[in-house]
Amino acid sequence: MKHSTFLLFSLPSLSVMFLFIAIPIVSVFIQSLHIEHKQVIIVTENCDPFGCETTTSVDTEASAKLKEKAPLGKFNGFKTYSNRMHFAFDELGEAWKSSDSFTVFVKKLYNYPLYRALSFTLTYTFIVTPFVLFLGFLVAVGVNNLPKMFKGPTIFASLLPMIVTPLVGSLILFWMVDGDGVIGATLQKIFNDNSLSLKASPVLTWIMLMVYGIWHLMPFSFIVFYAGLQTVPQETIEAATIDGASKFQRIRHVVIPHLMPLAIFITLILLMDNFRVFEPIIGFKAEAHATSISWLIWNHLRESAYPLYNAAGATSMITIFGVAILLLPVLIRTWRDFKEKNKG
Amino acid sequence: MNTKIENKLTPVRIIAFIFVALWLVIAMFPFIWTLWGSFKVQADFFSKADWSNAIFGFHTEKQTGGFFTMGGYYGSWIEEEFWRAVINTSIVVFFTVLISLTFGTLGGYALARSTYRYAFWILMAGLIFRAMPHMTLISGYLQPFFAWNVWGILPTTIIVLVAINQPFTLWMLHSFFLNIPKDLDESAMCDGCNRFQAFRYVIIPIMWPGVITTGLFSFLLAYNDFTVTSMLLSDENETMIPAIASFLGTVQEEGKVMYAVAAVVSATAPLFFFVLFFQRQIVSGLTAGAVKG
Repeated sequence: MKHSTFLLFSLPSLSVMFLFIAIPIVSVFIQSLHIEHKQVIIVTENCDPFGCETTTSVDTEASAKLKEKAPLGKFNGFKTYSNRMHFAFDELGEAWKSSDSFTVFVKKLYNYPLYRALSFTLTYTFIVTPFVLFLGFLVAVGVNNLPKMFKGPTIFASLLPMIVTPLVGSLILFWMVDGDGVIGATLQKIFNDNSLSLKASPVLTWIMLMVYGIWHLMPFSFIVFYAGLQTVPQETIEAATIDGASKFQRIRHVVIPHLMPLAIFITLILLMDNFRVFEPIIGFKAEAHATSISWLIWNHLRESAYPLYNAAGATSMITIFGVAILLLPVLIRTWRDFKEKNKG
Repeated sequence: MNTKIENKLTPVRIIAFIFVALWLVIAMFPFIWTLWGSFKVQADFFSKADWSNAIFGFHTEKQTGGFFTMGGYYGSWIEEEFWRAVINTSIVVFFTVLISLTFGTLGGYALARSTYRYAFWILMAGLIFRAMPHMTLISGYLQPFFAWNVWGILPTTIIVLVAINQPFTLWMLHSFFLNIPKDLDESAMCDGCNRFQAFRYVIIPIMWPGVITTGLFSFLLAYNDFTVTSMLLSDENETMIPAIASFLGTVQEEGKVMYAVAAVVSATAPLFFFVLFFQRQIVSGLTAGAVKG
């Protein structure tokens, strides 16, 4: 295809991505390097026969002028990244000196919002992903063994938790595990403890969020694995059976190697989706015990009367950096494939 | 003979059957429970004393005289004006899908037919954009949108959703167009068509299965979005999902949780029918990206 025709065809798509994805990333970066202007303060000294008195007042006119001159604020370099809202280098250095053991230090680390959010986001990502892969595979094998008439309805029912809006899905579960909801109240009765609440304890909150994550994403890995199972070569299975392989051995040595590329694809999608976990924290009102990076950005923009653009920007850049690290192996692999393809 | 073996009940089969049945209960029960409970009063749906109240509606009968009550639905749709959010969602979803597909079809076709290296780089950039948590972009939008005075209105949200949707749409349609043989449009070009005529008369008539599948996923993204819509829409332009979120804050304190429950069920119902009608296309769309690697 000629360059000019290519450009004509792809111009709408490319320009919308450029304007609303590429440029915002740059502007977020610039934002993170600036800090809001301080208000201009005028100090006036009033002297009367009884003595002198100084009063301070905000010079709104000068403040507005300053803002107009440099709407982004004062240049601040990378200081936002190192302040206590983010990497908190100074505070950590002190904490390192003053803590006598590593666990004490980790506990202190947990006081800083970014490390808190990172610890939950990473734990969530690296626990939910393998569970979803494994359970999805089991369900796929199970459904594959069902009589044909059950397969359609099973797939229909399985799709629902994935299709449903994350916020709505987490609310539905939240109302059930609520102290007065069906699961919450039953648990209280079983353990005979009226104050038992999944929301009150950090550990239970984390577990609840991860269970939601598995419930929400398992259908995806199930469907992809199920489709993959339909393409397993029957001859190989038969050959293995004749050679005396048991059902388990057939799965282990024929089916799983065949599904490996699919597993890599699912892992990639799951990592991307789990890393941005956000809605369940709103739905479950879990922010007291579990915060994610996306939630942290939302909080910077939402909480105070004035959005903390520099903090949100810095957290966003750190997140993008994290995504890049997460994706690096895939990118390197694709690049190698592409180079090899071009050679051959 | 083959069928006989397939229908034999082995222990492995029974375990598989139980496992799938368990999963089905876990997948379906929350929906059925909430749907049923949305027609009850709060004392039943959140019944600490006895969960069977939610099934038999003990308090519902006492308070309203009937077995079912539409109280939650009346409260959310009429009193809290949830219908406004429904209309806003329809507008946002319709235009997002329409524009995403138009842009994506053209771009995906170009990427599938181009043999130059930049096509690869565009796809790679798309993959990176796809991985970007949407929240990271939001802080970049707010200041310019406030400055240009376009914050809070539906068109802004639509165009942002189109942009966020675009990487996925491009990838999906790109791999779909790769499956349409090149010879088809190239032979049309030999017959004297230019690229646009070839696209118009040869590709457009046969592209609908792929476009519809992609459209379903664009629909889901726009319908389910909370990040963008909650940050970029003003209160009166709110769509369903942020409206439900803001319900939670106000309604819970007033003892009107059932309004939120009814709204949640109202937002889920279209998705239920969506899966019912398009199950085959959703499954093929989910696997299309995977099988081709």
